[in-house]
Amino acid sequence: MSTMETSNLTKEKLRNMFAEGKRFDSRGLFDFRDLEIELDVSNKAEGSARVRLGKTEVIAGVKLEIGEPYSDSPDKGNLMVSGDLLPIASPRFEAGPPGFEAIELPRLVDRAIRSSEILDFSKLVIKSGEKVWTVIVDVYPINDDGNLIDAATIAALVALRKAKFPELGKDGKINYKKKGTLLPLAKDIVPISLSFYKLGDSLFLDPTREEEEASDTRISFGISKWNGQYMLNSCQKKGAVSLSSSEIDEMMKIITQKFDELDAKLKSMIK
Amino acid sequence: MTSKRPDGRKNDELRPIKAEVGIIPNADGSALFAFGDTLAIAAVYGPKKLHPQHMQNPATGILRCNYALLSFSVSERIRPGPNRRAKEISKVTEWALAPALDLKAFPNTVVDIEIYILQADAGTRTAGINAASMALAHAGIPMKDLVCSLAAGKNDKELILDLTKTEEDYEEGEGATDFAFAKLANHDEFTLLQMDGKIQPESFIELKKMSIAACDEIYEAQKSALKKVVENNGTENNKK
Repeated sequence: MSTMETSNLTKEKLRNMFAEGKRFDSRGLFDFRDLEIELDVSNKAEGSARVRLGKTEVIAGVKLEIGEPYSDSPDKGNLMVSGDLLPIASPRFEAGPPGFEAIELPRLVDRAIRSSEILDFSKLVIKSGEKVWTVIVDVYPINDDGNLIDAATIAALVALRKAKFPELGKDGKINYKKKGTLLPLAKDIVPISLSFYKLGDSLFLDPTREEEEASDTRISFGISKWNGQYMLNSCQKKGAVSLSSSEIDEMMKIITQKFDELDAKLKSMIK
Repeated sequence: MTSKRPDGRKNDELRPIKAEVGIIPNADGSALFAFGDTLAIAAVYGPKKLHPQHMQNPATGILRCNYALLSFSVSERIRPGPNRRAKEISKVTEWALAPALDLKAFPNTVVDIEIYILQADAGTRTAGINAASMALAHAGIPMKDLVCSLAAGKNDKELILDLTKTEEDYEEGEGATDFAFAKLANHDEFTLLQMDGKIQPESFIELKKMSIAACDEIYEAQKSALKKVVENNGTENNKK
């Protein structure tokens, strides 16, 4: 049952299987599950998407608001990524103030997207120093079967790609019913999150919930291409288990190849 | 080669380090650590009985960290109290330190670490981890090693260590990359890896190498501060 925690026995079994390069669902250690993307899941949002990675499902929606620029960047608009782990997605999630996981998820999505420079903040200015667009992306897991961070980053990216400015009336008010041009996104930049998980001495990608729960530690990387070069945009290690220098080097070998695979897949799925 | 850094440092040169142990008499262990103008203090209380009881672990003691910028530690005052950034840093600090500890001898207990930043000029979490690591040793908690932490990074294409706030805000070319890491001083074990910016995978590996080399200086500073307090019979250290 999904409500039970992964037992030590399962963990032991998984550890042995990973060591032999095997998984319960017969994938390779660095294979992703099937990816499905659905556009426009809410017509009230400026842009929205649903992403399925195996049984994991995350929806993302983009809303635009008018705000003030930060005092140290009067000629830049704002980006905010938020979201929550709603109890609809898993018996593990409870209503109430956000726990650490709920705080971490949108922060990691935010950093992968922001640092890639996909969004041209200078084109979100309405009046320099006074009025700018604030782009708000909310990510909500609908079904948690592991690897929410990578799935949520794809959902946020697709929702942003599809998002259109609402009309700005002469009175300075927003008419959300009229949609204008697409947001100022760099076409060739595709920020992707790749989260490596470790159990025993094995590294693997895209865990199911059970694999994720059994894992000792996780490290998430945001990666994109910038001026034709692979660029890591963010990283964050989780958990009280360390990684060795050679493990990090091994991830660096795999990460660009996995990026190319996902990048090609996403480009063919979102035109 | 002349330095391109605003304060004239070499790319792999750290700011002046300050390390002191035993700065808070009430604490079981305490320490101060500074990289230049970034100044952190840390205190350890415990092992002590953990409440609420349902959080207790009968197999081992647990570690709990709290990191915060003091309200006046940055240019624009920060409203006191927890925020999402501080919660995240508290948690990654806990993870950065835990692999160095063995709390199996203290079941059902907690070791609390309080870390506060008095002055922030970038690299606050790393200064905090260095201070906390010393404070844990000062408290006599069983540890397999000290934890050394450092913020490395990049300005445009230049790999640099121990960035200041000015360097963190660099915007030319490839901009600024900020890479906070921690490792056990004498083990090939990385316990904190956090990064933001734009860096090629090969440069990331290169930066990791540079950072490992710089850990020696941090480790030596931590060790000599701890030795000093032992020589003073384990108590006050601030006799000038």
